[in-house]
Amino acid sequence: MSLLTRIIGWAVLIFGLLYFFVPLGGLFEFSLRARRGVYSLDAYVRVLADPQFQATFSYSVFMALVTIVIGILIVVPTAFWVRLKMPWARPYVEFMTLLPLVIPAIVIVFGYIRLYNTSSWLPLTGSLTGTNALLAFGYTMLALPYMYRAVDTGLRTIDVATLTEAAQSLGAGWITILRRVILPNVVPAVLSGAFLTFAIVIGEFTLAALLDRPAFGPYLQRIGANKAYEPFALSVIAFGITWGCLALIQLVSRFSKMAPPRI
Amino acid sequence: MNQAPPALRLRLSFTWLGLMPFVIFVLLFLILPTMHIVIGAFQTRDGSFTLQNIIDLNTGTIPSSYWISIKISFASAALGCLIGFGMAAAVVFGAVPRWIKSPLLTFSGVASNFAGVPLAFAFLATFGPVGLVTLFLRQNFGIVLQRDLGFNILSFWGLTVTYLFFQIPLMVLIITPALEGLRREWREAAEVLGATAFQYWRMVALPILFPALLGTFALLFANAFGAVATAIALTGSSLNIVPIQLYAQIRGDVLGNPNLGYAMAFGMIVVTAASNVVYILLRIRAERWLK
Repeated sequence: MSLLTRIIGWAVLIFGLLYFFVPLGGLFEFSLRARRGVYSLDAYVRVLADPQFQATFSYSVFMALVTIVIGILIVVPTAFWVRLKMPWARPYVEFMTLLPLVIPAIVIVFGYIRLYNTSSWLPLTGSLTGTNALLAFGYTMLALPYMYRAVDTGLRTIDVATLTEAAQSLGAGWITILRRVILPNVVPAVLSGAFLTFAIVIGEFTLAALLDRPAFGPYLQRIGANKAYEPFALSVIAFGITWGCLALIQLVSRFSKMAPPRI
Repeated sequence: MNQAPPALRLRLSFTWLGLMPFVIFVLLFLILPTMHIVIGAFQTRDGSFTLQNIIDLNTGTIPSSYWISIKISFASAALGCLIGFGMAAAVVFGAVPRWIKSPLLTFSGVASNFAGVPLAFAFLATFGPVGLVTLFLRQNFGIVLQRDLGFNILSFWGLTVTYLFFQIPLMVLIITPALEGLRREWREAAEVLGATAFQYWRMVALPILFPALLGTFALLFANAFGAVATAIALTGSSLNIVPIQLYAQIRGDVLGNPNLGYAMAFGMIVVTAASNVVYILLRIRAERWLK
């Protein structure tokens, strides 16, 4: 490896790393500027005390939890069933789970608004509960590619067929098998899918804004247009949550490698 | 008798039932809404078939918004490919220590998911009028970004630079395995035959990598084309790109014709789907050599 290639290699890498870290640093620095002349946490204090922040943030946390539950209920049985009974269907199911990455979210939500409006056969947007449910299903859809991949990878590491037969010979039904045999064995996979879902839902903007729900993403965008420093403090918090979730995924996958399989 | 035995028939129907929750969910919340848009793009207000909406895409500000969107997606995908390729190559070919690879890939996995409102604020705080880098350049070098370099964060280049934050890591994530698939034997064979490093790259490595590179470019293109939140938080409505215009259309029917909105959304699907098809086809081709 010549000296020149080494220098170029380092130069490109350092440029890339600066590209990642300077904006994060800039964001953090800016969020501390609320008081003239000195760095302070004023912007954070003001943001955390804002009742709107508390309301939108807890709404998004709640939606994230609902989304995770719906995601688990749909993805785990499906991935299990495909592995066990319909291996030939796997490419098709996988293709469908990847579609949300192809069709832009703004197009999907546009379809929701028109398809489920008050005069349609399923008027979800007509009521508050209905709109919330629609948003949760939409979030589940956005998280589907990640959730499915995580769970499917988790199922690959266990012997689904043998576990199922063993449980069946002990008299277990399908629900029992899923709840007490399959799910406990893919907990790490489900958890990484869940954390990723959480990270996606917390900051999501397009769906919540267009369905007009009071979520954290639209709130962040709205105060970005009105306040000087608060949006930057909020962005730091949002980044912190995303990082936290992804760090937890790393942690979970590391621990699951050490733990013995539960049978 | 052409009927299957009853036991087998029962088993078959049960097998299908197991997939039904998933199929119903995907139909209701992905396929049908998308079909509704696609069909609406070819209908008049009273429901008869027409191509007028597609033709009408060529009116008003719509063509220019597609053009700007395509240019931004193209620029951010091209630069993302270039820089990401450089970073991946530096790590894979040992220009920098090997241990950097694992943290770089982990970090790229995180950063490639960072599109959204917070990303827009990060770049505003850095390259905006009173941002960290803007002030640093002004105070230490007397360079005013907007005046001397013509750079404005609320513009074409501003958005491109912001998108690069998730485009570069995505490129690193996808191209690193491809670069690792280049066998040492190929390089050695080329060297034995007297090839220079440049010739090896031009005649062996790049042709093998070409499908992977072009495919990733298509994926990055689609990725930028569909990004909504970052653009809206960064520029408000000052930059006329497709997602922002569609957003305004959904909120308030600014085009004055709902079916024209459908056609616009349909155009978005066509662009992102075409890019993804290119990606998938080229990926299959790339995997012939890179296993």
